[in-house]
Amino acid sequence: MDRNPQNSFQDMILALHDFWSAQGCLILQPYDMRMGAGTFHTATTLRALGPEPWNAAFVQPCRRPTDGRYGENPNRLQHYYQYQVILKPSPPDIQDLYLKSLEVIGIDPLKHDIRFVEDDWESPTLGAWGLGWEVWCDGMEVTQFTYFQQMGGFDCKPVAGELTYGLERLAMYIQGVDNVYDLAFNDRGVSYGDVFLENEKQMSKWNFEVAETDALFDLFNKAEAECRNALANDVPIAAYEQAVEASHIFNLLQARGVISVQERASYMGRVRDLARGSCEAHMAKEAPAWAEKYPEWSK
Amino acid sequence: MSDFLLELRSEEIPARMQAGARAELEKLFRRELDAAGVEAGEITVWSTPRRLALIARGLPLATEAVSEELKGPPVGAPDQAVEGFCRKAGVDKGDLETRDVKGRATYFAVKNIPGRATADLLAEAIPAIVRDFSWPKSMRWGGASISTESLRWVRPLSGIVALLGDEVVDCEVHGVTSGAVTLGHRFHHSGDITIGNADDYAVKLRAAHVIVDHEERQDLIRSGAAKVASEAGLRLVEDEGLVIENAGLTEWPVPLLGRFEEDFLEVPPETIQLTARVNQKYFVCEDEKGELANAFICTANIEAEDGGARVVDGNRKVLAARLSDARFFWDVDRKKTLAEHAKGLERITFHEKLGTVADKVERVAKLARWLVEEGIVVPAEAGTATGQGATSTAIPASAVLTKDQLADMAEQAARLAKADLVTEMVGEFPELQGLMGGYYARAEDLPDAVADAIRDHYKPVGQGDDVPTAPVTVAVSLADKLDTLFGFFNIGELPTGSKDPFALRRAAIAVIRLIEANGIRVLVSEMARYWNTGDTVGPGLQVEDFLHDRLGVMMKEAGVRYDVVQASTDLGTRLDGDIWRVRRRAAALQGFLGTEDGANLLAGYKRAANILKKEDWHGAEGEIARTGEEDPLAIVDDPDLQSVVAAKMEQRRASELSYAAEPAEKALMDALANSEPAASRAIAAEDFSAAMAALAALRAPIDRFFEEVTVNADEENKRAHRLDLLARFRAAVHKVADFSRIEG
Repeated sequence: MDRNPQNSFQDMILALHDFWSAQGCLILQPYDMRMGAGTFHTATTLRALGPEPWNAAFVQPCRRPTDGRYGENPNRLQHYYQYQVILKPSPPDIQDLYLKSLEVIGIDPLKHDIRFVEDDWESPTLGAWGLGWEVWCDGMEVTQFTYFQQMGGFDCKPVAGELTYGLERLAMYIQGVDNVYDLAFNDRGVSYGDVFLENEKQMSKWNFEVAETDALFDLFNKAEAECRNALANDVPIAAYEQAVEASHIFNLLQARGVISVQERASYMGRVRDLARGSCEAHMAKEAPAWAEKYPEWSK
Repeated sequence: MSDFLLELRSEEIPARMQAGARAELEKLFRRELDAAGVEAGEITVWSTPRRLALIARGLPLATEAVSEELKGPPVGAPDQAVEGFCRKAGVDKGDLETRDVKGRATYFAVKNIPGRATADLLAEAIPAIVRDFSWPKSMRWGGASISTESLRWVRPLSGIVALLGDEVVDCEVHGVTSGAVTLGHRFHHSGDITIGNADDYAVKLRAAHVIVDHEERQDLIRSGAAKVASEAGLRLVEDEGLVIENAGLTEWPVPLLGRFEEDFLEVPPETIQLTARVNQKYFVCEDEKGELANAFICTANIEAEDGGARVVDGNRKVLAARLSDARFFWDVDRKKTLAEHAKGLERITFHEKLGTVADKVERVAKLARWLVEEGIVVPAEAGTATGQGATSTAIPASAVLTKDQLADMAEQAARLAKADLVTEMVGEFPELQGLMGGYYARAEDLPDAVADAIRDHYKPVGQGDDVPTAPVTVAVSLADKLDTLFGFFNIGELPTGSKDPFALRRAAIAVIRLIEANGIRVLVSEMARYWNTGDTVGPGLQVEDFLHDRLGVMMKEAGVRYDVVQASTDLGTRLDGDIWRVRRRAAALQGFLGTEDGANLLAGYKRAANILKKEDWHGAEGEIARTGEEDPLAIVDDPDLQSVVAAKMEQRRASELSYAAEPAEKALMDALANSEPAASRAIAAEDFSAAMAALAALRAPIDRFFEEVTVNADEENKRAHRLDLLARFRAAVHKVADFSRIEG
């Protein structure tokens, strides 16, 4: 079937799926939880740990409550999509593969200026960092390209390469559209605004004005307690989910403006402890099997 | 002789690291050559985002054979010693030679080290260079990274070209093997390029759309950007940092000019320039009037098929989105007055022991007002210039402020000076602090002098920075920096060694420069006393010492000797807290010491001081109760005792001499009678050059005195008088500066 990535948001996604599927990636579906970035998907965080090869691609809806603009800003959204590719170990031709994926969705590198500009990535919450670039297309950042060096405080052995495409801005660029809500979602007249504008208006209002803050504080504490409960019972994946939940609740509290500057650091520290604890537990649980299967590997 | 080429190819190297990497590559290569005993000739190092290259000209094809002799133990030494020597030297006992050393038969090990092929040395050197290479940040990658022992590089290392002459130097580093094959431009060239030798390297790369010489790319960007600007009837705003950065981001740089909507020019030009430069690495342009034009210049890495139309259009959109943000901030920020913004400072901690920024603002406002009320900072006179450089204008008589007006404005400006810290624009671009406050102040029609003070009150920041001279600005700037110094000294947060987290040294230098540029006369301790709500000087004396330290360093950099500064600072029992005076005195003293009179007078002074010390002669001042000072003579300089000493001296002088003075003695007495009051008058008038001139008149008489007069005369009355005379001479010199501090 012919894809039409130049005129359709969904076709652009499908073209990326086709491409990365052909490269041997698993095509996964979004994680069914609210999260701030595709990196939180277990297919990225937990799979970046340990020696087993892992190649996957997926779309992840991202929630950034403080970025909501009630549908009035042409670029900023509180809900948007990232396209994630994770390749472990990072293949030697990863840059070439990435550039080919751009051509697949219609970006010709002899007409457009593609640049790899230094941009290192760090997530204190996940105890993770990596080196890489932001990829520029005619001066616009379209992808974050990272070689993970550490995750959950552990060295990545081997290192995974992570590609995170900002789908809306890439589509706006390819379709030549200045307002995200004007994007063609498909090639039959449905726009991004038709799908998401009302959602942005309502969710911005809820994030900033409506959400019951006492309930949110309560949810945060419950997620924290549940994470510890899961850790105590040796189910680290379940624990990790609660860390992701706590992280999002924290973001909502921030949007409601009820966390002071001093408290902010303390909340971030609590989320970090949960995320790191989950990674550590996951590592501890899997390490014996990994070491047996990959004798050259050690924790 | 042969030329050597080394290329280390990698995924995109951050632009900011490339200069350091070139230096590192050359350093390590020289280290390896030195270790192998190969003379390094001319070395050239280049970089692009995707490669580091080194060419070494005229390497020998092999090192020379050398013979090395090691002296061992004497024949007959214990076996253990001989065996130990053989082990150390790496020879068999049977190969030892015996030679005569001062009549004793002694073992020698002779090692003939054959010459080695340079290619072999290089094959070992290359892996060592790669392994030892130091990057600001490095990483692991790929399958090998299952072990943390795998190679670290700035980004994945993808290839090595190593050619000595026309031959490949075979080596391998962590799975990357050397060869003759490299790659061209990422998009303009596909397939391998085989390099023949060091000479065709740059040529072949150029054919593949790679300009490997970073300086050539910098030139292309510099001239190309200027050209597209002038073609558009504009002038490029030069920015060498951007030239280097863009050269580090491209292998085939193509500067392209684009336009943005003219409407954006309504936001302050600095914000546009900063957005363009920091976020997008674009140059900006000016029109013929020197005003920012609605144009940007981006540096593409390709020669686009359509001449760059799409590239420019894409960049224009990105810039437009950024400028929309800037305009949004500009509009939102102006909905509140600076006074309203300033309330937000109550939420920002300045330092946990020094309260919020709002607390600091309160202290600075009071101090700024006080500086004016005390007449330390005074209104400018009509006709004097205000502002700096091109914007300098003479003040019309109508614009001259009264002291009360100046005090009000200084306080007002101080209260608003930090308000922009909580605006959206400064939140986005912290570099614009001050500047935005100035714009917002003007937007709400505050007086220009207040707006200027808000804008400029951080100045002077760096060494070359303008020093404010507008009185309102001077009051706010000085008060701000003094509050920082007094505050941090008061809580014991002092700079140590290289650590100066609160930039107190910079604040001190700024205070000194403000005082100097504006002829401000004040004792630091006086200001500290006010700051400390009048009780005590508090941190004042410590800050005074600190300022003197900085002054000494600054003057040393300006070529004034440290001992001269000390001689000009020290008033005997305390330092001169008047920075302006210290500086003038030191400059005059340095000039004087450089003259023949000055040098000879110093010699005469030293001689007199030595005699007085040896004789333990305290003169008139010796009769005043001792203060416990180590050097009792020090008290002659104590200003509180000066009148007492002077009275005593006068009394003695008045009593007639009990003997006939020798001519040279009489000459010195006469000279002192003239010079002393002359020097005193000059010092009182703070005319230090005149004071030095008064001293110069003493030079000939003191020389003659030492030549012709015996100080330690047998007669006690003569001796006493002559020692008194020397003490008088010494005191006269000390009025001008503390010559005891001067070396030589």
